[in-house]
Amino acid sequence: MPELEASTNPGARRARPLSPHLQIYRPMLTMMMSIVHRITGAALYFGTLLLAWWLIAAASGPNAYANFEWFIGSLIGRVVLFGYTWALIHHMLGGIRHLIWDTLHGFEPAEREMLALATLVGSIGLTLVVWVIGYLAMGGPR
Amino acid sequence: MSNAPQMRTPMRRVRGLGAAGSGTGHFWHQRVTGAAGIFLTIALIVIAISLLGRNHAAVVQILGSSPVAIIMLLFIVNSAYHMWIGMQEIILDYVHEDNLKLLSLMANTFFVVVVAAAACFAILKLSFGV
Repeated sequence: MPELEASTNPGARRARPLSPHLQIYRPMLTMMMSIVHRITGAALYFGTLLLAWWLIAAASGPNAYANFEWFIGSLIGRVVLFGYTWALIHHMLGGIRHLIWDTLHGFEPAEREMLALATLVGSIGLTLVVWVIGYLAMGGPR
Repeated sequence: MSNAPQMRTPMRRVRGLGAAGSGTGHFWHQRVTGAAGIFLTIALIVIAISLLGRNHAAVVQILGSSPVAIIMLLFIVNSAYHMWIGMQEIILDYVHEDNLKLLSLMANTFFVVVVAAAACFAILKLSFGV
Protein backbone atom coordinates (compact mmCIF):
# COMPACT_ATOMS: atom_id res chain seq x y z
CA MET A 1 0.00 0.00 0.00
CA PRO A 2 1.50 3.33 -1.06
CA GLU A 3 0.17 5.05 2.09
CA LEU A 4 2.01 2.65 4.38
CA GLU A 5 5.22 2.96 2.39
CA ALA A 6 5.01 6.73 2.56
CA SER A 7 4.47 6.67 6.31
CA THR A 8 7.53 4.51 6.90
CA ASN A 9 9.66 6.85 4.82
CA PRO A 10 11.02 9.46 7.24
CA GLY A 11 10.59 13.02 6.10
CA ALA A 12 7.91 12.18 3.56
CA ARG A 13 4.77 14.12 4.43
CA ARG A 14 1.90 14.17 2.01
CA ALA A 15 -1.61 15.50 2.18
CA ARG A 16 -3.72 12.74 3.62
CA PRO A 17 -7.45 12.42 3.16
CA LEU A 18 -9.39 13.65 6.17
CA SER A 19 -12.59 12.08 7.39
CA PRO A 20 -15.60 14.03 6.13
CA HIS A 21 -16.82 16.79 8.38
CA LEU A 22 -19.89 19.04 8.53
CA GLN A 23 -19.43 20.73 5.16
CA ILE A 24 -19.88 17.51 3.20
CA TYR A 25 -23.29 16.58 4.61
CA ARG A 26 -26.65 17.87 3.44
CA PRO A 27 -28.09 19.89 6.33
CA MET A 28 -30.73 17.86 8.12
CA LEU A 29 -33.17 18.76 10.86
CA THR A 30 -31.69 16.31 13.36
CA MET A 31 -28.22 17.70 12.67
CA MET A 32 -29.42 21.29 13.03
CA MET A 33 -31.15 20.51 16.33
CA SER A 34 -27.95 18.93 17.63
CA ILE A 35 -25.98 22.06 16.73
CA VAL A 36 -28.66 24.34 18.13
CA HIS A 37 -28.63 22.38 21.40
CA ARG A 38 -24.96 23.23 21.84
CA ILE A 39 -25.43 26.85 20.74
CA THR A 40 -28.36 27.39 23.13
CA GLY A 41 -26.30 25.79 25.91
CA ALA A 42 -23.44 28.22 25.29
CA ALA A 43 -25.89 31.15 25.04
CA LEU A 44 -27.49 30.18 28.36
CA TYR A 45 -24.00 29.97 29.89
CA PHE A 46 -23.55 33.68 29.26
CA GLY A 47 -27.25 34.38 29.79
CA THR A 48 -26.69 33.39 33.43
CA LEU A 49 -25.10 36.85 33.75
CA LEU A 50 -28.57 38.28 33.13
CA LEU A 51 -30.06 36.12 35.90
CA ALA A 52 -27.23 37.09 38.26
CA TRP A 53 -27.68 40.80 37.43
CA TRP A 54 -31.41 40.53 38.17
CA LEU A 55 -30.82 38.91 41.59
CA ILE A 56 -27.93 41.21 42.54
CA ALA A 57 -29.95 44.27 41.51
CA ALA A 58 -32.90 43.13 43.62
CA ALA A 59 -30.57 42.57 46.59
CA SER A 60 -28.78 45.89 46.12
CA GLY A 61 -31.80 48.19 46.41
CA PRO A 62 -34.47 50.13 44.50
CA ASN A 63 -32.03 52.18 42.40
CA ALA A 64 -30.06 49.18 41.16
CA TYR A 65 -33.31 47.35 40.50
CA ALA A 66 -34.66 50.32 38.53
CA ASN A 67 -31.56 50.18 36.32
CA PHE A 68 -32.19 46.50 35.62
CA GLU A 69 -35.88 47.15 34.94
CA TRP A 70 -34.94 49.94 32.54
CA PHE A 71 -32.64 47.62 30.58
CA ILE A 72 -34.95 44.62 30.49
CA GLY A 73 -37.88 46.87 29.53
CA SER A 74 -35.98 48.42 26.62
CA LEU A 75 -36.26 46.99 23.12
CA ILE A 76 -32.82 45.36 23.30
CA GLY A 77 -33.57 44.04 26.78
CA ARG A 78 -36.82 42.45 25.60
CA VAL A 79 -35.12 40.88 22.60
CA VAL A 80 -32.38 39.47 24.87
CA LEU A 81 -34.96 38.17 27.36
CA PHE A 82 -37.05 36.64 24.56
CA GLY A 83 -33.91 34.94 23.22
CA TYR A 84 -33.01 33.73 26.72
CA THR A 85 -36.54 32.33 27.20
CA TRP A 86 -36.41 30.49 23.87
CA ALA A 87 -32.87 29.18 24.46
CA LEU A 88 -33.88 27.97 27.93
CA ILE A 89 -36.96 26.13 26.68
CA HIS A 90 -35.24 24.78 23.57
CA HIS A 91 -32.31 23.48 25.59
CA MET A 92 -34.73 21.92 28.09
CA LEU A 93 -36.69 20.12 25.35
CA GLY A 94 -33.46 19.09 23.63
CA GLY A 95 -32.29 17.73 26.96
CA ILE A 96 -35.51 15.72 27.37
CA ARG A 97 -34.79 14.30 23.90
CA HIS A 98 -31.35 13.24 25.08
CA LEU A 99 -32.84 11.63 28.21
CA ILE A 100 -35.26 9.67 25.97
CA TRP A 101 -32.30 8.52 23.87
CA ASP A 102 -30.51 7.46 27.06
CA THR A 103 -33.26 4.88 27.55
CA LEU A 104 -32.41 3.50 24.04
CA HIS A 105 -35.74 4.71 22.62
CA GLY A 106 -36.36 7.09 19.72
CA PHE A 107 -33.51 6.09 17.41
CA GLU A 108 -35.61 5.00 14.39
CA PRO A 109 -35.43 7.45 11.43
CA ALA A 110 -39.05 8.56 11.73
CA GLU A 111 -38.75 8.88 15.52
CA ARG A 112 -35.58 10.96 15.22
CA GLU A 113 -37.27 13.33 12.77
CA MET A 114 -40.35 13.55 14.97
CA LEU A 115 -38.30 14.32 18.10
CA ALA A 116 -36.25 16.97 16.28
CA LEU A 117 -39.39 18.63 14.91
CA ALA A 118 -41.12 18.42 18.30
CA THR A 119 -38.14 20.14 19.93
CA LEU A 120 -38.25 23.04 17.47
CA VAL A 121 -42.04 23.48 17.28
CA GLY A 122 -42.38 22.90 21.02
CA SER A 123 -39.74 25.46 21.96
CA ILE A 124 -41.19 28.19 19.73
CA GLY A 125 -44.74 27.41 20.84
CA LEU A 126 -43.94 27.28 24.55
CA THR A 127 -41.86 30.47 24.36
CA LEU A 128 -44.82 32.32 22.81
CA VAL A 129 -47.17 30.86 25.46
CA VAL A 130 -44.84 31.98 28.27
CA TRP A 131 -44.61 35.50 26.83
CA VAL A 132 -48.36 35.80 26.29
CA ILE A 133 -48.93 34.72 29.92
CA GLY A 134 -46.22 37.17 30.98
CA TYR A 135 -47.85 40.08 29.19
CA LEU A 136 -51.28 39.07 30.52
CA ALA A 137 -49.79 38.99 34.05
CA MET A 138 -48.57 42.56 33.54
CA GLY A 139 -51.95 43.62 32.17
CA GLY A 140 -51.06 43.84 28.50
CA PRO A 141 -48.06 45.11 26.51
CA ARG A 142 -46.57 48.40 27.61
CA MET B 1 -7.23 -3.60 15.58
CA SER B 2 -5.62 -6.02 18.01
CA ASN B 3 -2.31 -5.53 16.23
CA ALA B 4 -2.38 -1.78 16.92
CA PRO B 5 0.26 -0.68 19.43
CA GLN B 6 -1.20 -0.66 22.91
CA MET B 7 -0.77 2.85 24.27
CA ARG B 8 -2.38 2.26 27.64
CA THR B 9 -1.24 -0.01 30.42
CA PRO B 10 -3.49 -2.91 31.43
CA MET B 11 -4.19 -1.12 34.72
CA ARG B 12 -5.41 2.00 32.91
CA ARG B 13 -7.68 -0.11 30.73
CA VAL B 14 -9.19 -2.10 33.56
CA ARG B 15 -9.90 1.05 35.56
CA GLY B 16 -11.71 2.53 32.54
CA LEU B 17 -11.18 6.10 33.68
CA GLY B 18 -9.99 7.48 30.34
CA ALA B 19 -7.57 10.32 29.65
CA ALA B 20 -9.14 12.72 32.14
CA GLY B 21 -9.00 10.12 34.90
CA SER B 22 -12.65 10.53 35.80
CA GLY B 23 -14.36 8.00 33.52
CA THR B 24 -18.04 8.53 32.79
CA GLY B 25 -18.61 10.64 35.91
CA HIS B 26 -19.32 13.88 34.02
CA PHE B 27 -21.60 12.11 31.56
CA TRP B 28 -23.76 10.85 34.40
CA HIS B 29 -23.67 14.13 36.36
CA GLN B 30 -24.79 15.98 33.22
CA ARG B 31 -27.84 13.68 33.09
CA VAL B 32 -28.66 14.12 36.78
CA THR B 33 -28.34 17.92 36.67
CA GLY B 34 -30.22 17.96 33.35
CA ALA B 35 -33.16 16.02 34.79
CA ALA B 36 -33.24 18.27 37.87
CA GLY B 37 -33.00 21.26 35.54
CA ILE B 38 -36.32 20.39 33.89
CA PHE B 39 -38.23 20.92 37.14
CA LEU B 40 -36.14 23.88 38.26
CA THR B 41 -36.50 25.64 34.87
CA ILE B 42 -40.28 25.32 34.98
CA ALA B 43 -40.21 26.68 38.54
CA LEU B 44 -37.96 29.59 37.49
CA ILE B 45 -40.34 30.55 34.65
CA VAL B 46 -43.34 30.46 37.03
CA ILE B 47 -41.46 32.60 39.59
CA ALA B 48 -40.31 35.09 36.94
CA ILE B 49 -43.84 35.50 35.54
CA SER B 50 -45.30 35.98 39.02
CA LEU B 51 -42.82 38.83 39.63
CA LEU B 52 -43.53 40.71 36.37
CA GLY B 53 -44.71 44.27 36.88
CA ARG B 54 -44.23 44.19 40.66
CA ASN B 55 -42.27 46.94 42.40
CA HIS B 56 -38.92 46.43 44.09
CA ALA B 57 -40.30 45.88 47.60
CA ALA B 58 -42.66 43.14 46.43
CA VAL B 59 -39.92 41.46 44.39
CA VAL B 60 -37.60 41.47 47.41
CA GLN B 61 -40.29 39.97 49.62
CA ILE B 62 -41.20 37.17 47.18
CA LEU B 63 -37.61 36.31 46.13
CA GLY B 64 -36.54 36.27 49.77
CA SER B 65 -39.34 34.00 50.96
CA SER B 66 -38.09 30.54 51.92
CA PRO B 67 -39.64 28.35 49.19
CA VAL B 68 -38.73 30.75 46.37
CA ALA B 69 -35.22 31.37 47.71
CA ILE B 70 -34.57 27.63 48.05
CA ILE B 71 -35.76 26.98 44.47
CA MET B 72 -33.61 29.85 43.16
CA LEU B 73 -30.54 28.56 45.05
CA LEU B 74 -31.13 25.06 43.68
CA PHE B 75 -31.56 26.44 40.15
CA ILE B 76 -28.30 28.36 40.33
CA VAL B 77 -26.18 25.61 41.88
CA ASN B 78 -27.64 22.94 39.58
CA SER B 79 -27.26 25.12 36.47
CA ALA B 80 -23.75 26.18 37.45
CA TYR B 81 -22.51 22.58 37.62
CA HIS B 82 -24.40 21.63 34.44
CA MET B 83 -22.99 24.56 32.46
CA TRP B 84 -19.49 24.02 33.86
CA ILE B 85 -19.48 20.46 32.49
CA GLY B 86 -21.07 21.61 29.21
CA MET B 87 -18.59 24.42 28.56
CA GLN B 88 -15.69 22.11 29.45
CA GLU B 89 -16.95 19.69 26.80
CA ILE B 90 -17.19 22.49 24.22
CA ILE B 91 -13.65 23.68 25.06
CA LEU B 92 -12.23 20.15 24.80
CA ASP B 93 -13.93 19.76 21.40
CA TYR B 94 -12.63 22.96 19.82
CA VAL B 95 -9.52 24.18 21.66
CA HIS B 96 -6.55 21.96 20.88
CA GLU B 97 -3.57 24.16 21.70
CA ASP B 98 -2.38 23.09 25.16
CA ASN B 99 -1.82 26.47 26.82
CA LEU B 100 -5.02 27.96 25.44
CA LYS B 101 -6.92 24.84 26.46
CA LEU B 102 -5.72 25.00 30.06
CA LEU B 103 -6.44 28.74 30.25
CA SER B 104 -9.93 28.20 28.79
CA LEU B 105 -10.70 25.41 31.26
CA MET B 106 -9.51 27.61 34.11
CA ALA B 107 -11.52 30.59 32.87
CA ASN B 108 -14.58 28.33 32.67
CA THR B 109 -14.21 27.38 36.32
CA PHE B 110 -13.60 30.97 37.42
CA PHE B 111 -16.61 32.28 35.46
CA VAL B 112 -18.99 29.65 36.79
CA VAL B 113 -17.85 29.97 40.41
CA VAL B 114 -17.96 33.78 40.41
CA VAL B 115 -21.39 34.04 38.74
CA ALA B 116 -22.90 31.33 40.93
CA ALA B 117 -21.41 32.74 44.13
CA ALA B 118 -22.64 36.25 43.33
CA ALA B 119 -26.15 35.05 42.49
CA CYS B 120 -26.34 32.84 45.60
CA PHE B 121 -25.08 35.68 47.77
CA ALA B 122 -27.80 37.96 46.37
CA ILE B 123 -30.52 35.43 47.21
CA LEU B 124 -29.18 34.87 50.73
CA LYS B 125 -29.04 38.64 51.24
CA LEU B 126 -32.66 38.95 50.09
CA SER B 127 -33.68 36.08 52.39
CA PHE B 128 -31.91 37.21 55.52
CA GLY B 129 -32.70 40.85 54.88
CA VAL B 130 -29.18 42.12 55.61
